[in-house]
Amino acid sequence: MSASEPSDRRTGRPDEIKAVPVRRPGRWIAAAIVLIFAASFARTIITDTGTNKGFQWVWVGHYLFDSRVLHGVWTTIYLTFLSMVIGVVLGIVAAVMRLSPNPILSRASWLYIWFFRGTPLLVQVLFWYNIATLFPTISLGVPFGPAIVHEQANSLITPLAAGLLALGLNEGAYMSEIVRAGIISVDEGQTHAAQSLGMSRLQTMRLIVLPQAMRVIIPPTGNETISMLKNTSLLYVASFTELTYSVTQIYNVNYKVIPLLIVASIWYLVLTSILYVGQYFIERRYGRGFTRSERASMRARWLSFGGGKQRR
Amino acid sequence: MSELMVKAEGVQKRFGRLEVLRGIDLEVRRGEVTCMLGPSGSGKSTFLRCINHLEKINAGRLSVDGELVGYRQSGAKLYELRENEIARKRAEIGMVFQHFNLFPHMTALENVTLAPIRVKGVPRSDARNRGQQLLQRVGLGDKLDTYPVALSGGQQQRVAIARALAMEPKLMLFDEPTSALDPELVGDVLDAMRQLARDGMTMIVVTHEMGFAREVADEAVFMDAGVVVESGPPADVLGSPRHERTRAFLSKVL
Repeated sequence: MSASEPSDRRTGRPDEIKAVPVRRPGRWIAAAIVLIFAASFARTIITDTGTNKGFQWVWVGHYLFDSRVLHGVWTTIYLTFLSMVIGVVLGIVAAVMRLSPNPILSRASWLYIWFFRGTPLLVQVLFWYNIATLFPTISLGVPFGPAIVHEQANSLITPLAAGLLALGLNEGAYMSEIVRAGIISVDEGQTHAAQSLGMSRLQTMRLIVLPQAMRVIIPPTGNETISMLKNTSLLYVASFTELTYSVTQIYNVNYKVIPLLIVASIWYLVLTSILYVGQYFIERRYGRGFTRSERASMRARWLSFGGGKQRR
Repeated sequence: MSELMVKAEGVQKRFGRLEVLRGIDLEVRRGEVTCMLGPSGSGKSTFLRCINHLEKINAGRLSVDGELVGYRQSGAKLYELRENEIARKRAEIGMVFQHFNLFPHMTALENVTLAPIRVKGVPRSDARNRGQQLLQRVGLGDKLDTYPVALSGGQQQRVAIARALAMEPKLMLFDEPTSALDPELVGDVLDAMRQLARDGMTMIVVTHEMGFAREVADEAVFMDAGVVVESGPPADVLGSPRHERTRAFLSKVL
C-alpha cells in the first residue's frame, strides 16, 4: 500500500525514496581477500616467534629513543627545514626570472635549472664538500674589484654549509618549475584586472597571482618536502650524522641491522605523517574561495561503502 | 579639465600581421555614455583595452582627459611612460570585464577594498565603509563576506562594478559586461550601469544590448573590421542607419 502511494496523504509532499539497495557481493569479497592478506602480513611482522626472529622488536623499542637516534632525528628535521626554505626562496626567484621579459634573466634561470636538475644530487653534495680542492680560497666582493671577504674555503664551507648549499640549490631548481607551473595556471584576466586597478607588477604578483598559484604549488611542494626529508641522508658523505647515518653507526658496532633500520623507518614515517597534517592545513588556507564544500567527501565515501548510495 | 574625456585620432593596432584597429577616430565628452556596437572581431574590445594601456597602440594619437595614453610628449618627441606612471593613470580609469575577473581568493568586500588600500593608501576602515556603501548600492549589502565562487554571474559582475567604482574613476570602461550572463541576470547588471549613467559617470560600453544602448547612450558607435563605420545619437545609428554594413549587422541582432 505505502509503496504504491507516491505521496504522504497528510502533507501532500512526495515520500523520501526508501528502496532496497543493489547487492554488491564483489565489493565484500575483494575487501575480505585484502583483509586476509593484510592480517597475515601483520602477523608475520609483529610476532617474534617461529621463523620470524629477525625483526627483534625488543631492540627496536630499546633504540627508538636512544640519544644518538634522537640527535639524528633532530639533525634531519633542521636540515630538511633549512634546505626547503632555501629551495622555496630560490625557486620563486628563479621562476619569476624565468617568466621575465628580460632575455638575460630568463636564460640565466634556465641555465641554473638545467644544471642542477641535470646532475645527481649525490654528485652535487660531494662537489660542495670537496670545493676546497677546486677553490682553495674564496673571496666575496665586487666582481673584478676588491674583495670584502677573503677566506680559506675549508673554514668557510663547513659540512653544514656544503650540505645546505647542495640540497638548497638542487631543491631551488625543482621548486622553480613548480612555482612556474603555479604562476602560469592563474588566468591572465586576473593580471588584467589587477593592472586596470592601478596595481604595479610586483603588487599584482604578490597579492593576486602568487596567492592563487599557491593552490597549485602546495601539493607538489609537500612531495618535495617529503623527498627532502629522505634526501638529507645523502649528507652522510659529508660526515653528517643525520638519522640514517646515526643508525648505521650504531649497527656497525652491534650488528643489530634490521631493528635499527626499522627504528629509522619509524622516525621517517612519523615525520612524514606530521608533514601530511601541516600540508592539510596549508591547503585549506589557500583553498579558500575555490570550493564551496568538499570536507565531507572522505567520510561520505566510507559511509557509502556497503550500501547502494552512489559515490560521487 | 578638458571637455573631451577620450580623444582618438587614427589609432591603429596590430597583433603581428593582423591589423585589428585600422585608424579609429572617436571623441567621448565628459559625462557622456558611449556604446560601441559591432560584430565580434571588429576591434571594439581591443580599442577599449588601448584606452587604459593594457594594449599598446602602433600608430595614431590616443588621449584621456587631455593627456596622452602611455606616452609623454616633449616637442616633437614621444617618451614612453614609466610603469608606475602608467599604473597611476590606470587607477583613474575603471574597467569591467566580460568574465568579471574577480579575485577568487578574496571575499566580495576584500575585492572592493584591495585597490583603494594598496594603491591609493586609503585607511583600512575608511575603505571598508566605502566598500560596504558601494556593495549596498549595487544590491549586494548582504554578500560582503561571500567569496565569488558562491555568487551568481550577475552578482559577480555587480561586485566587479563596485570594485572599479571604489577607485573613484573619472572614466568607466565596460567590455561586454553582460555577454557571459544568463538572460535573467542581465537586468540587474544593466540597472546598476543605468544608475551609474544617471549619476553622471563618463562611460564607454562595448555591448550587444541594443535596448540598453538605445535607452542610456548619448552616442552610439558602430565598428566593423577595425574602423568606425558610423556614429551619432543612438536613435539615428540604430533607428535609421545610413551605412549598408550597419543595416546588415542590425538586421541580424535585432
